[in-house]
Amino acid sequence: MKEIERRCLRALIGIVQNIYDQMKAGQVPELHIATRTKYNIEFNEESEVWVYGDRKSVRSAKTVKGAYRILKMTYVIGFLKEQLNLNKSSTLRELYYISEGWGAAKFEEQPESDRLVEDLEILTNFQREHFHIRPEEDGATVIGPLRVREETRRGVREIHCQDDVGEGGYQIPVNVDKIEFVDHDAKFVIAIETGGMRDRLVENGFDEKYDAIIVHLKGQPARSTRRLLRRLNTELNLPVVVFTDGDPWSYRIFASVAYGSIKSAHLSEYLATPAAQFVGIRPTDIVKYDLPADKLTEEDIKALNAILTDPRFDSEFWKKEVNLQLEINKKSEQQALAKYGLDYVTDVYLPERLSELGVI
Amino acid sequence: MSGKHREISVAEFFEKNKHILGYSNPAKAIITVVKEAVDNALDACEEAGILPDIFVRISKVDDHFKIVVEDNGPGIPREQIPKVFGKLLYGSRFHEIRQSRGQQGIGISAAVLYAQLTTGKPATVISKTPDEDRAKKVVLYINTKKNEPEIVEEGEEEWYLPSGTKIELEVAGNYVRERKQSVYEYLRETSVINPHAKITFVEPDGTINEFKRVTDDIPQPPKSIKPHPHGIELGTLMSMLKSTRATTLRRFLKEEFVRVGEKIADDVLRKAGFSGDETPQEMGRDDAAKLLNAFRQTDFLPPPTDCLSPIGEAMIAKSLMAEFQPEFVYAVTRKPKVYSGHPFLVEVGLAYGGEIKSEKVTLLRYANKIPLLYQQGGCALTKAVESVNWKSYGMVQNRGELPSAPAVILIHLASTNIPYTSESKESVAAIPEIIDETRLALQEVGRRLKEYLERKSRQQKKKKKEEMIGKVLPLIAKKVCEILEKEPLEIDRIVARIMGYLHVERIVEERDGVKVVTIRVSNFTRSKKSIKLYEMCSGNVEADGAKVSGSGYSTVTWSLEVKPDEEVEVSYRLKGRIINKNPLVEGVEEDLLSGAEVMNFA
Repeated sequence: MKEIERRCLRALIGIVQNIYDQMKAGQVPELHIATRTKYNIEFNEESEVWVYGDRKSVRSAKTVKGAYRILKMTYVIGFLKEQLNLNKSSTLRELYYISEGWGAAKFEEQPESDRLVEDLEILTNFQREHFHIRPEEDGATVIGPLRVREETRRGVREIHCQDDVGEGGYQIPVNVDKIEFVDHDAKFVIAIETGGMRDRLVENGFDEKYDAIIVHLKGQPARSTRRLLRRLNTELNLPVVVFTDGDPWSYRIFASVAYGSIKSAHLSEYLATPAAQFVGIRPTDIVKYDLPADKLTEEDIKALNAILTDPRFDSEFWKKEVNLQLEINKKSEQQALAKYGLDYVTDVYLPERLSELGVI
Repeated sequence: MSGKHREISVAEFFEKNKHILGYSNPAKAIITVVKEAVDNALDACEEAGILPDIFVRISKVDDHFKIVVEDNGPGIPREQIPKVFGKLLYGSRFHEIRQSRGQQGIGISAAVLYAQLTTGKPATVISKTPDEDRAKKVVLYINTKKNEPEIVEEGEEEWYLPSGTKIELEVAGNYVRERKQSVYEYLRETSVINPHAKITFVEPDGTINEFKRVTDDIPQPPKSIKPHPHGIELGTLMSMLKSTRATTLRRFLKEEFVRVGEKIADDVLRKAGFSGDETPQEMGRDDAAKLLNAFRQTDFLPPPTDCLSPIGEAMIAKSLMAEFQPEFVYAVTRKPKVYSGHPFLVEVGLAYGGEIKSEKVTLLRYANKIPLLYQQGGCALTKAVESVNWKSYGMVQNRGELPSAPAVILIHLASTNIPYTSESKESVAAIPEIIDETRLALQEVGRRLKEYLERKSRQQKKKKKEEMIGKVLPLIAKKVCEILEKEPLEIDRIVARIMGYLHVERIVEERDGVKVVTIRVSNFTRSKKSIKLYEMCSGNVEADGAKVSGSGYSTVTWSLEVKPDEEVEVSYRLKGRIINKNPLVEGVEEDLLSGAEVMNFA
């Protein structure tokens, strides 16, 4: 067992010891864990990302719900102890299925076990990789003037993300820290929400024309994607811009890249890219470019109002844009730009926006 | 009647009024015949102070039905039998004002007439009074031209009880069961409202139904009162004037009405423009109208209400419990009130859950102890139930409908004058005072139901929590010990803390053959507990601060006071053994105690 794994296991056992000590003293066992809501995240001046504040939630066996949470946690820790001792690993989904055999400690659904693993990350200050728990999400793809070195099971490979890959691009491995950046000719990184828009940029040769690294976010980005963006930004000093649809769900995608997500704010310093900039689609763009649009649904309006009270969006820019969107009651997709032709996004919209942002 | 008018026969009268009399259709006719006979039996027993034992048999004879109703009532003297059964509008109580089942003296003779008109068969009446040695049997028809009984056969028979009456009628009709409007349902509801009666019912297919007696208490027969001036109608007033024994109008007023004294009588006479010396028997319709008008303009004290005979809260609850076996029952008898000069009172009973499995509430309506089977929708009592917001009492309800719940609601309206919506006497008219009283009674039983349901849900929740915690905590303890590779943990104390118990632990240490026993009492409840703690031992006991009694076997007793969240420890030394498995405690309910048992002196 590696030293870090030994320390990680000690931290996990410490949680169990704490429960044992409480019960031994005749106390009702309880756990204190950072509250994971938007009301308990605060901006860390030093790292410039959003992390959890001081608010703690108590999980107490006094309640039926709390008792079950603690029970499930002890079972997961028992499982992780064994897994680490045997130097094995499993995926989040496998963990969920393994709990089938745990009787009363069985998880109702996978989000429940996923959340419990995040709880353990917060309680131990380790990451799930240290527990030997992997996500099954495939990382995003990258295309652009970048050469990486990856440790694979079949030896070390050096890959150029334009010359050595097909149109699908280079697939980011789950553990991004296993790749090394060799060299690059890039001027900036553009992260794109939808597959359709990513393909459009590749087909139009945007990466070659503007020396851009195109990263596909695939909706709400996986940890590995966010980690890659952070590394590209901090290690290679490349500006990162995010290009999404023009609706509240897409703004949240940007926020999780730039500011850190509420669900995993304990990892913000590791995953967030505070320097990332938002390209669009902005509500301003819907008006300015007269884009084809849909009416906002009730859920959209609720989500926009939630953004107005989300501390991560507490800036002049977002206040202005969100209020404008509520006013015009419209949302547009990235591909709405095709109204002016297939090349419009690469020939007009992006150059205009990127020079406004000072990226090109 | 003047000579110009043709006297109508009772047969014609019946034909014209059969909807009023309850014979509008063949199914209803059979119920009505049974109802008239059973009502008479109950009334007679009540007056005579006899616990009613009523037998009803319906059997198929040719293409019609034979109905036999037999009671153990006081019996009817031979000379009265023909008039009671063979003459319409004969009755002892025509001018009496009181709460009673029948009121017009038309019921049973109308049944005899119905039988005669539909099957041509006479009625057979057998009755014995306590004074007679043998029962008298009378077979009779009603002469429909003269409205007089015509006896076709008579004789004597042996009777096996001190007294009683039996009537046999053969009627055309339609026998139904399995629905609200049936003889079975009528008798069942009658049994519910007359818990002192035993009713046996044999159906045409031979099925025997027994509606048991729930109590031996015979209800007080209602007292009769004189009419109240505000409750009188013109026709009644006219016939009272005709038949009074009073010689002057002033005496008539004072003698025939309640709440009329010298001063009030003067007041009425002045308003009506009479001197008071008029002869009542000579006064006509116009005079009666003037008098009635004067009544309306005069204030009287409300009528006395002690003439009403309620079933009573305890009896309604008992009866509902016996008939429906619910898990919850509650009944309310409201104080008597008055509407338009008529005293009335409302009683409501609610039975919930248990053996009641229906989805919609079953409503039992009664007027003067008579079940109302028909016209439920148009009845003010139904409207009152529908107008209550049952949702706030824990029942499901669509606005303005009967609630949906496994429940039975009983409403009894008692009055000297039930305000029916129509002559057929199936539903109560919407009199605001009656609706208000009914709503108040319903709301009270509703509140009690809500309290019960809340208590039940709290208990269920607590029990569920106890089960969960009792299951999950041991699993946590086991898993934690397994991961840490430690000895099993004791968790009773934690469970007691979560559940809010008084927890008792006994720790025994043995030193040089002497047991040192420590008992720790932890109070996790929210209140101070004063308890007695007992240990039963054999051998030599030394205990400080405790009472030790008995020889051979010793009982060690401590009196302790433990505040919430406080722990008290006592100890004793013992050469011998402890007999009781767990310490024994007195002064705490069993469901608040853990680690010890409740001391049982039995």
